[in-house]
Amino acid sequence: MKFALILLSLTALAQVPFERIRDAAKEPGNWLTYSGNLAGHRHSPLAEITPANVANLKVKWAYQFPTGQNQTSPIVVDGVMYVTSPNRAAALDLRTGRELWTWERPIPKDYQSIGFGQVNRGPAILDDKLYIATLDCYLVALDIKTGQQRWATKVEDYKPGYSMTLAPLAIKGKVVVGVSGGEAGIRGFIDAYDANTGTRAWRFFTIPAPGEPGNDTWAGDSWKTGAGSTWVTGAFDPELNLLYWGIGNPGPDWNGDSRKGDNLYTCSFVALDGDTGKLKWHFQFTPHDTHDWDSAHVPMLIDAPVRGKMRKLIVNPNRNAFYYALDRTTGEFIAGQAYAKQTWANGLDDKGRPIVIPGTEPNEAGNLVYPALNGATIWYSPSYSPKTNLVYVATREAGATYFKREADYKPGTFFAGGGERRIPESQQWGAIRALEPTTGKLAWEFKLVSPPWTGVMSTAGGLVISGSNEGNIFALDARTGKPLWNFHSGGQVSSNPISFHIDGHQHIAIAANRVLYVFGL
Amino acid sequence: MKIALFLCVSLSALPQSLDTGKRIFESQCALCHGQDGSGGRGPSLRKAKLKKTPDDAALKKAIADGLPPEMPGAWQLHPREVDATAAYVRSLGKLIVEEIPGIPAAGEEIFNKTGCANCHIVNGKGNARGPELSAIGARRNAKHLRESILTPNSFLPEDFLLVELTDAAGKTVKGVKANEDLFTIQLALPNGRHASFDKATLKNLKRLTGQSTMPAFPNIPAADLDNLIAYLASLKGAE
Repeated sequence: MKFALILLSLTALAQVPFERIRDAAKEPGNWLTYSGNLAGHRHSPLAEITPANVANLKVKWAYQFPTGQNQTSPIVVDGVMYVTSPNRAAALDLRTGRELWTWERPIPKDYQSIGFGQVNRGPAILDDKLYIATLDCYLVALDIKTGQQRWATKVEDYKPGYSMTLAPLAIKGKVVVGVSGGEAGIRGFIDAYDANTGTRAWRFFTIPAPGEPGNDTWAGDSWKTGAGSTWVTGAFDPELNLLYWGIGNPGPDWNGDSRKGDNLYTCSFVALDGDTGKLKWHFQFTPHDTHDWDSAHVPMLIDAPVRGKMRKLIVNPNRNAFYYALDRTTGEFIAGQAYAKQTWANGLDDKGRPIVIPGTEPNEAGNLVYPALNGATIWYSPSYSPKTNLVYVATREAGATYFKREADYKPGTFFAGGGERRIPESQQWGAIRALEPTTGKLAWEFKLVSPPWTGVMSTAGGLVISGSNEGNIFALDARTGKPLWNFHSGGQVSSNPISFHIDGHQHIAIAANRVLYVFGL
Repeated sequence: MKIALFLCVSLSALPQSLDTGKRIFESQCALCHGQDGSGGRGPSLRKAKLKKTPDDAALKKAIADGLPPEMPGAWQLHPREVDATAAYVRSLGKLIVEEIPGIPAAGEEIFNKTGCANCHIVNGKGNARGPELSAIGARRNAKHLRESILTPNSFLPEDFLLVELTDAAGKTVKGVKANEDLFTIQLALPNGRHASFDKATLKNLKRLTGQSTMPAFPNIPAADLDNLIAYLASLKGAE
C-alpha cells in the first residue's frame, strides 16, 4: 500500500504526463508531440503573429547541427527545446538556443541506409523521458533533465535493412515506432513499447502471415519480403483509443511480377487498438503498387459535417496524387479526388479504389507516368486549420519514366526491381495547395519553383508557414495563399515547422540544412 | 575490318547477358550516350579506353553510382544488371571509332576568327558567357557538336535558360538565369554583370525556353565547319 502510494506520487510528479499531450490545445505555448497535437494537424493555436505583422518576423537565434539536411521537428516544453539529428539529441535553452545537454549513440560502421537518407525527424516526450528512434533500429529513452540514458531497446536487426528515421509517438503509457527499409525487402511492422521499461507491448506486422486475413493478397512466399515499412509518425484518437498509421510500398518496388495480388496492407492506412495493436480497419490507397507510392503520411483526424451529418474523419492527401476523406471509426470511404497531376487512374470508384488505367505499370523500355516516385506529396507534414477549415499540403508536380528490372532478394541489399528517370528539372514544379477537407477541392495554390521537401504548419493567427528547396522560409495568408514574408535561409529546407512561446511571445522554428532557425517579432 | 565484321555478327546474336545490357543501355543510357553508344549529350562510349572508368570495377561503379555532376547513377539496378550493362559498354568500345574529317589547327583559326571566344572559354582564354569548351570533345560527339553550331536552339544546356523581363520602371532586360528562388531571380547580363530582381515587382517575366543565347551559323562553309568540329573534338581537357 505504502509502495503503491510512492508510485502514485512519482507518477504525479512526472513533468509531461500523457494528459498534457492529449490536451495540447490547452497549452499552445508548448509543442508537445510531433504534429503539435495527436490528431496530426500541425496547427498552432497561437495567434500573436498575423498577416498584419508577419512582415516584421526576424531571426532570434539559430542552432547549428553537426550534420546537414536536418528534418527534425522539435519538441518544446517548459522553456526547453529538444532537437534530434541521426543518433543524436540535444536539449536547448528556449530563450537563447544554448545547449543544456547532448546525447549521442555511435552509428555502427557496417550500418547502411538502403533507399533513404540518413536523417531523424524528431523526438517524442512522455512523463520524464525523451524518446529517440535510431538509424541502427534502437528505441532509446533519455532522462529529460540530463540526457542520460534510461533504457535502449533493440527494435530489429539493422543488418537486413531495418532502420528508423521517424519521430516516435507517445500515447498513454506507450511509445509507438515504425521502421524504414521498404527498398530492402523487410517485413514491416508497427511496435508499441512500455514507456517506463522499454519492454515491447505489442507488434503489428503490416504484411499478414499465412493463416491471417490478407495473406491471400500475396502470391506464394512474396509476403516474406513484402516491405510495407512504417517510416512516418501516425496519429491517435484517445476517445476511440485508435492509433492510425500509414504503410509504405510493397517490395520489390517497381516489379510486381512476383507479388500478384493487392499486397495488403502496403500503401494503406491502418487503425489499431492502442492497447493491443489489434487491427480495427484498413483502407488501401494504392492496391498492388508498382510506383513506390508509400502511404507513409501523417494522418489528419478531423470532425466535420458530411451531407449534413457530423462525422469523425481521417483525411489524407496521398503520394499517389489523390486526396481522401474516410470515416475514422470504420475506415469507410467518403470522398476523394486528384489534387495534383496524375496519369495512372481514371478516378476512384465509390469504395475509393483507384480505377487503374491499363499499361501504366513500369516496363523494360520505360513508361512515363505522373506522379514521379516521390509522389504528389511525401513524408513531410500536411496541416489542417480549424480556423480556416482548410487542409494545406506541399504538392510536388513531376512525372517520371518508370523502369522494371530484375529483383531477387538478398538480405541487406536493394530489393527494388527498377527505378525512374524524372522529367527535366525545368518541367518540374510545386505548390502549396489549400484543399477543402471533406472533398479535396482546391481552394487556392501558391506556386513553388521546384517540387518541395518541406511540410506546412498553419497558425490560428491566419498563416501558413513552409520552406523551399531554394532556401526560402516563408509565410502565406492562410485564407488566400498570398505571400506575406520570406527569409532566405541559405540552405535547402526539408523539414517541418513548429510554433511555441518564448517568454509569452509566439515564435516559429524550422530547420534548413545544418541550421535550425527560430523567428519572432 | 575483320574485327568489325566479327562484331556485327556478334551484336545481332548477343549472349544473354550482353542482350540484357543492351536493353538497359537503350532505355536508360542512350538518352545521353546515343542509341549506338556514339554519344550525344554525353560522351561517345565507342572507345577502347574510357578515361573516367579505366577498369571494369570503375565502370560498374560509375553505372551504379553515377559520375557527378552530369551523369546520374542507376542505383536501382541489380548487380547482375550492372555487370551486363558494363559488359555491353565494353563491347561498344570494340566498335569502329567515329571518323572526323578536318584539321584541328585550321579549326582553331576559324574558332578565333568567327568570334567563338567572345562567349566561350577554352583553356583559360575567352569570355564566360556560354559553356566552357576546354573539354567539350570528351563530352560531346562530333555529330552533336555539328548540330549545335548549325541549330543551337535544338541543344539547350539545362543551366543556360534565357530570360526576358520588364522591371518596375518599364525597362526590358534579357539575360541568362543565374539563379532563382520563390521571390527573386538573378540574371547574368550580356555586359557580364549580374542583376537581381524581386519577381513580384516585375511587369513581365518570360522564360525563353527553346531559345539559345548562341547565334546560329547555318552558312558556314562545309570545309570550315569540318575543321571547326575537328578542333572542338580535339579539346579533351586537362589530362
